[in-house]
Formats: sequence, C-alpha cells, structure tokens
Amino acid sequence: MGLLFFVFALAVFLGFELISKVPSQLHTPLMSGSNAISGITIVGALAVAGQTGNRTALIVLGVLAVAFAMINVVGGYLVTDRMLAMFKAGKPGGKK
Amino acid sequence: MTGVVDFLYIVAAILFIVGLKMLGRAETARRGNLVSAVGMLLAIGATLAIGGLSFEWILAGAVMGSLIGAVAAYAVKMTAMPEMVGLFNGFGGLASLLVGWAEYHKWIALGQAPARPVFTAIAIFLTVLIGGVTFSGSMVAFLKLAEWINGKPLLFRGQQIVNGLLLVGLAAGGVFFAVRPELGYPLLLPVVAGSLILGVLSVIPIGGADMPVVISLLNSYSGLAACAAGFVISNTLLIVAGALVGASGIILTRIMCKAMNRSLANVLFSGFGSGAGGAAGASYQGEAKAVSAEDAYYLLEAARSVGFVPGYGMAVAQAQHAVRELGQLLEANGAEVRYCIHPVAGRMPGHMNVLLAEANVPYEQLVEPGDVNPTMETVDVAMVIGANDVVNPAAKEDPKSPLYGMPIIEVDRARTCIVLKRSLKPGFAGVDNPLFFKENTRMLFGDAKQTVSALVAEFKES
Repeated sequence: MGLLFFVFALAVFLGFELISKVPSQLHTPLMSGSNAISGITIVGALAVAGQTGNRTALIVLGVLAVAFAMINVVGGYLVTDRMLAMFKAGKPGGKK
Repeated sequence: MTGVVDFLYIVAAILFIVGLKMLGRAETARRGNLVSAVGMLLAIGATLAIGGLSFEWILAGAVMGSLIGAVAAYAVKMTAMPEMVGLFNGFGGLASLLVGWAEYHKWIALGQAPARPVFTAIAIFLTVLIGGVTFSGSMVAFLKLAEWINGKPLLFRGQQIVNGLLLVGLAAGGVFFAVRPELGYPLLLPVVAGSLILGVLSVIPIGGADMPVVISLLNSYSGLAACAAGFVISNTLLIVAGALVGASGIILTRIMCKAMNRSLANVLFSGFGSGAGGAAGASYQGEAKAVSAEDAYYLLEAARSVGFVPGYGMAVAQAQHAVRELGQLLEANGAEVRYCIHPVAGRMPGHMNVLLAEANVPYEQLVEPGDVNPTMETVDVAMVIGANDVVNPAAKEDPKSPLYGMPIIEVDRARTCIVLKRSLKPGFAGVDNPLFFKENTRMLFGDAKQTVSALVAEFKES
C-alpha cells in the first residue's frame, strides 16, 4: 500500500517534469494522445470481463468497461495520429 | 508468469513516458504517439497472457469498442475535433467507473472481500466519483461543443447551494464507504448518481470560450480515474499511466488559465460571459470604418508583412483552406506571412493549429503572441479572422473590463488591422471591443470563408 502511493507520487512528479514545456501547436495532439493513455483502465476492464464466473452483472459491467475503454484507446491513438500526420514542416531544415 | 507480466508492465510504463516526452516536440510527436500505442498494446497483451482469463466476453467488448473508436477517429472532421476529444475522454472515465463498480460487486455480492477493506473501499469510492464526474462532465462538454445544446454558461438560482449539498452528500458517501463498505448497492448507486450530477453541474455554468480549460481539466480527471482504479486492483501500471495523464492535464489547464489571466476557480465558478458577473466594463462608441473586399485587397496587395489572427469564427466558417490559399498568394506577392495564434483561440488547446495544419500551413509560420507582439509595429496588415476577445485592447487599456490583464495579440499596434466579422456584436465574453473603432482598423463584414474567398478571387484576377 505504501509502495502504491510512492509510485503514484513519483509518476505525478514525472508527469509535471515531462510536460512542462510544450509548444502550443502541440497542445491538441498532446491532449488527445495523453487521453488515449488514460484508456489504460482497459487493463482493469479486461480482468473483469475475463473472470465473470458467468455472473450476469459482471458480464454486463465487464463487456461495457472493455468496450468503452477500447473506444478511448483505439479512437484516441488513431485520431492523434491523424492529426499529427497533418503537421508538416514547410521546408526541410526550416527553423523550429 | 506474473514475473513476466510485471516486467512487460514496466516496459509499457517506460514506453508511455518516452512517448509522452516525444509528443512534446514537433519533430518526434507522431513517433511518440506510436511509441505510446505500442506500450498500450504491450499492456493489453501482457494482461491477456495472465492465465485464467476467458476471452469470449473480452472479445465481444473489444471488437465493439475498437470498431466504434476506429470509425469515429477516421470519420470525424477536423473542425469537430474538440467534441470528439471530449467524447473519447468521457468514455475513458466511464470505463474506470465500471471497473470500480465491478470490483465492488465482486466484494459485496460474491463475498470476495479485499485484503485491505478500508483502503480498497475508499479507492472504489474515488474511482466511481472521478470516473462519473469525468463521464457526465465530458458529455455536457461534448453537447455544448457540438452545439446540440446552447454553449452559453447556464446559471440558475441556488446553484451554489445545490452544489454545496451535493458535495456534502458525496463526502458522506465517501465516509460510509470507509466505515460501512458492506452496505452495497444502497450506498453505491447514490454515489454513482451523485457523481454524474456533479459532473453535469460543474460544466453547465462554463461558456464556450472557456472550453479549452474544461477540456484539459476533464482530460486530467480521466487520468486520475484510471489512477484510482489502479489503487482498487493494486495495479502499478494503471497508477503510473493515470498519474502521468493527470499531471499533464493539470499542466495544460494551467497554461490555458494563464493565457486568459484568470484563476482556475474563476473559470469554473464565475459563469463568465453570462452577464451575471456584474459590471461589463465601459461600452465603446465611435465609428467603425467598413471596407469592401476590393479595398481590403489593395491594402493586402501593398503589404510586405501580413499576420493572420484566426479565432473560433474561422472554425465555424471552415475558412482554414481559403485562408491558407490567401496566405500563399500573399507570399507569392512578396509578403512575409505569419499566423499568430493565441493559446485559447478556439474551443480546445491548440484548436487553430490543428485546423491550419489540416489546410497544409507549415508549422514554421505559426507564431505565438509573445513572438509577434514585440514587432507588431512592423506588421503592415494584421488580419483578424473570427477572433475577438483575444485581440481586445480593453484587456490592456481598461481596468474595468472583465478581460483586463489577459495577454492579447496586440493587433491594434499594427499599421493596419482588418477585422473579418459578421457584425459588430461583442465576442463570447459579452465585452465590447474598442478595436473596431480604432483609427487604423478596417471592418470587413461577412462570412469569413466567403470574404476570404472573395479576396483570393481579387488576387487571382489581377
């Protein structure tokens, strides 16, 4: 339990350090890209949907959780990629 | 076997970190997203590899979700990106809520008590609470952005009291989770309902132009919901990934607030732009000088340096392609063309950048207010396209204005400023804009796309 909090605190700190300087043109992709990462809850959803013991309540909760998490993951990564594919430099070697 | 899974989880966490880092630089952003996606794939693969999971229901949910996600991601128009991001975000929150719910169900209905009841109960409560707020809040944001409901701030009498009672009720729910977790559904369902209502009530008082703040804050919440779910099932990967997203969302939120010179509390609770905020600053009188597209063409034709300032109006009119065409013609005419983008222009962080990128504007031409303001006097024509509050000089000049103190793009200091606008109506904030009445300002009335296309036609004819 203490370890979980330790990991949490380190990760929050790391997150702040990682993102502190991002050019504004990347704000949207950063947001939708990190949004896709929040779909990591899929891991918990899989564990529910994969161990239902044939109980209706768990089947319903599990399938819905997996479905919504997958929309978040697949949609989030694809839409971010689509967006980033459009960001092009005018001339190679141009200034940042 | 669990050793292998743990190892793969660590690798996945590292890929998320590296991916996020790469997302922060234009040159590596696309690969960064891919790196992070590989991390996700690894996490899912490792989870499926743990023995004992049966795949039938997993497959049902996964196929359904992947299909919906993929279709939505490819079908969405770039102008609809803010609401799509909001929608995906809400679904992530809902998934976390459902995970928390399922774990609670296992506990109370199937008697699978966790090893640390109090700790787990509080974690379940937080997962449901944050997940629920994320979900319903994102749905309201989605409806507002898609304009299925009115984007104006919605305030009603006694809102603060209702919010206060709701918070007290939810806090009581949290206490009950800690001390009487065996209460079961009579405890869980009110907390679910309360968190959903809280999400709705938190977002309805927030108006359209403050949406960049809300979207980034909800983004942060969805990460925290996943993080809380990680505490429920004691999974460090969820905690790490969720915390990273939570932190990045908070940082974006702060950037957005700073760009408006307002505190987060002011954005969330003031109902800005509803007119309920009291004094709306002075109203400005004067004569606005309207020009025709032909007059504007002569101004542009003679300009050596042109700065476009796009705003939400460009997105609404879908004028980004026409603007880029005009920009290229100006460049061919020998002018230096830049696009000055305010951090909160549009409805989500970076909204204008995405639209201009879609129209193939190279990102070197996109500049921030801090880059362009010091040399504004050398700009021959500043062309404001559907932006209003972010160029309102009252933010500098009028201490009574609600916008006072907000960093703006100082187009009033350019040699000439052409404002494309449908009418003289004030912007989202409901604040009059003295820019329209300045000596060097020319108003070009009409729909942004039609007007810009008319200018393009003028250039091509000559």
